Amino acid sequence: MTLPLFVVLPLFAAFINTMVGRFLKLFSEVFVNLINFVVLILCIIWIYKINTLNNNIFVYEVGGWKIPYGVALVADPVSVFMLFTVNLVAFLVGIYSVSYIEKYTEKWGFYSLFELMLAGMNGVIISGDIFNIFVFLEIATIASYGLVAFGTQKEELEASFKYMVLGSISTGLILLGIVLIYAYTSTLNLADIASILILSEDKLIIRVIMFIFMIGFVIKAAIVPFHWWLPDAHPSAPAPISAMLSGVLIKTLGVYLIVRLFFNVFPIDEKILKMICYLGTLSMVVGVILALYQWDYKRLLAYHSISQVGYIFLGIGLATPMGILGGIFHLFNHSLFKSLLFLTSGALEYNFGTRNLKEYHNVNRIMPITTFSATIGSFSIAGIPPFNGFWSKLIIIIACLEKRDILLALIAALVSVLTLASFLKVLKYAFYTEQKYNTGPKLLKEVPFFMQFSMLTLAILCFVSGIILYPNIKHIVFDGVIKFITENLYIKFILK
Amino acid sequence: MKKNKKGGWNFVLVYILCLCLCFVGLYGLVMKKNLLKIIISFIIMDNALNLFFIIVGYKKGGSFPVFLKNRPADNIVDPLPQALVLTSIVIGLSITILMVAVALRLYHRYKTFDITKIKELRG
Repeated sequence: MTLPLFVVLPLFAAFINTMVGRFLKLFSEVFVNLINFVVLILCIIWIYKINTLNNNIFVYEVGGWKIPYGVALVADPVSVFMLFTVNLVAFLVGIYSVSYIEKYTEKWGFYSLFELMLAGMNGVIISGDIFNIFVFLEIATIASYGLVAFGTQKEELEASFKYMVLGSISTGLILLGIVLIYAYTSTLNLADIASILILSEDKLIIRVIMFIFMIGFVIKAAIVPFHWWLPDAHPSAPAPISAMLSGVLIKTLGVYLIVRLFFNVFPIDEKILKMICYLGTLSMVVGVILALYQWDYKRLLAYHSISQVGYIFLGIGLATPMGILGGIFHLFNHSLFKSLLFLTSGALEYNFGTRNLKEYHNVNRIMPITTFSATIGSFSIAGIPPFNGFWSKLIIIIACLEKRDILLALIAALVSVLTLASFLKVLKYAFYTEQKYNTGPKLLKEVPFFMQFSMLTLAILCFVSGIILYPNIKHIVFDGVIKFITENLYIKFILK
Repeated sequence: MKKNKKGGWNFVLVYILCLCLCFVGLYGLVMKKNLLKIIISFIIMDNALNLFFIIVGYKKGGSFPVFLKNRPADNIVDPLPQALVLTSIVIGLSITILMVAVALRLYHRYKTFDITKIKELRG
């Protein structure tokens, strides 16, 4: 019965915060982080609970209205896994912001928007009704528009406007898809739509609707033909928000919804999946090549987000159990190491006040903990063996080989090498450059405790989370997820 | 909406005009160089989509789900899209307000609404 709390608690925090936070000092930080912690604990309880439940699915009917008529909230292994990813990153980022956000005014506004975005994402994940998904998607997106423009400098405003224009095109397309699907099926519940579509004969109409949805979600996920808003929007936001946007928002609104709709709701369409696969490959290559030229640390990371989300799309587009395992595992890993890297970029910006890689010096002596975590993050994203990025990329490459697609496997391996090259550049120029003396006016020191805590926790998680693939743990975490994506259990269990 | 007695084609025309309006908005959103014109294009696109949603509610020959005694079955449109469009209109309104706010802030920084002159970000 605690399922609605995933939306209710962050929304409650957001609105209480606007009323109380501006009058009481320290209220926002303590209250919001407490709420995030409670939600994270709830996620861990749900991971345990979903495995013990009958059929591994839980349906909550809002207001007691029965399923094809009312709005339903659904928890299945896929959504619980996503909830855990989102709330883990949100919790650590919330702690990090306590120190980082000191340099901005209106802390309460920042935290309120943050919680609204979290509520929107959690709502998208647990909702079982297509219009409800649209509403929560808009809550998350509008909050992120506000957060990108939070600094209200020239660049932030411009990036936010670009993001808004592209975002409104994408939501327009998604709304058009919802209208068409409502006109075709006369229902809004996901499972009910699926049960009607699976019997339908009009393959062409369904394919057109899927294509419209796909373009909408691809814009949200910043896959290559529509990627150009991301390198402006993500670096312009404050660093913790960049971590949230790159780490979880593009995955919740893009990847998760594609997985949910194209595997569980629409009948599986090989051509659309192949298109997703090739778009993913294209954005892998283009993203990493554009990243190689960057000297702005956050912009470089943003281009790598495009490239790494390409890996996730490649894995999911293969549509074999192995490919989906790789895609979902890479989604989790990427949310860890990309948020870690954005947090380290925030730490450097906090101390040096610049994002240009050439202007940092003596970082490994002044800030040992930041350097340590950035090194681990870079190794993870480049796929150095003991870290988590290696395992997920390996699984994706094996999945390509299983499907006899040697070209895709080669491209995936090559992009991994280019990623390594790009991050060696970052490590050399940003962290391990030594100069004889400090030229800065003030004496620099390591960042405050809360920022160190978040970065170290994420670094340790990057190191440890490769262990999920150990068979016993994999059985708990991933088997249910893959079973729910590949087999059509979703319709079967909801419409009993 | 009254039932159309002239036949199907007029009705299809309504759908097509509605989608044309949507593409007018999309064209403006992509091609226009003025911030305010972009915002107006967004409003056009959003309203066209809402209109499309309302039109979809019309089902030919649709009647009440529940009959009363002594009352013949009358025509009715699907009420659900109207309820959903209300939500959609509110969402569109909030995006519009946010866009206008950002455009105003941009005007204060640059003293222009021309997006060819607003380019700090490159590469």
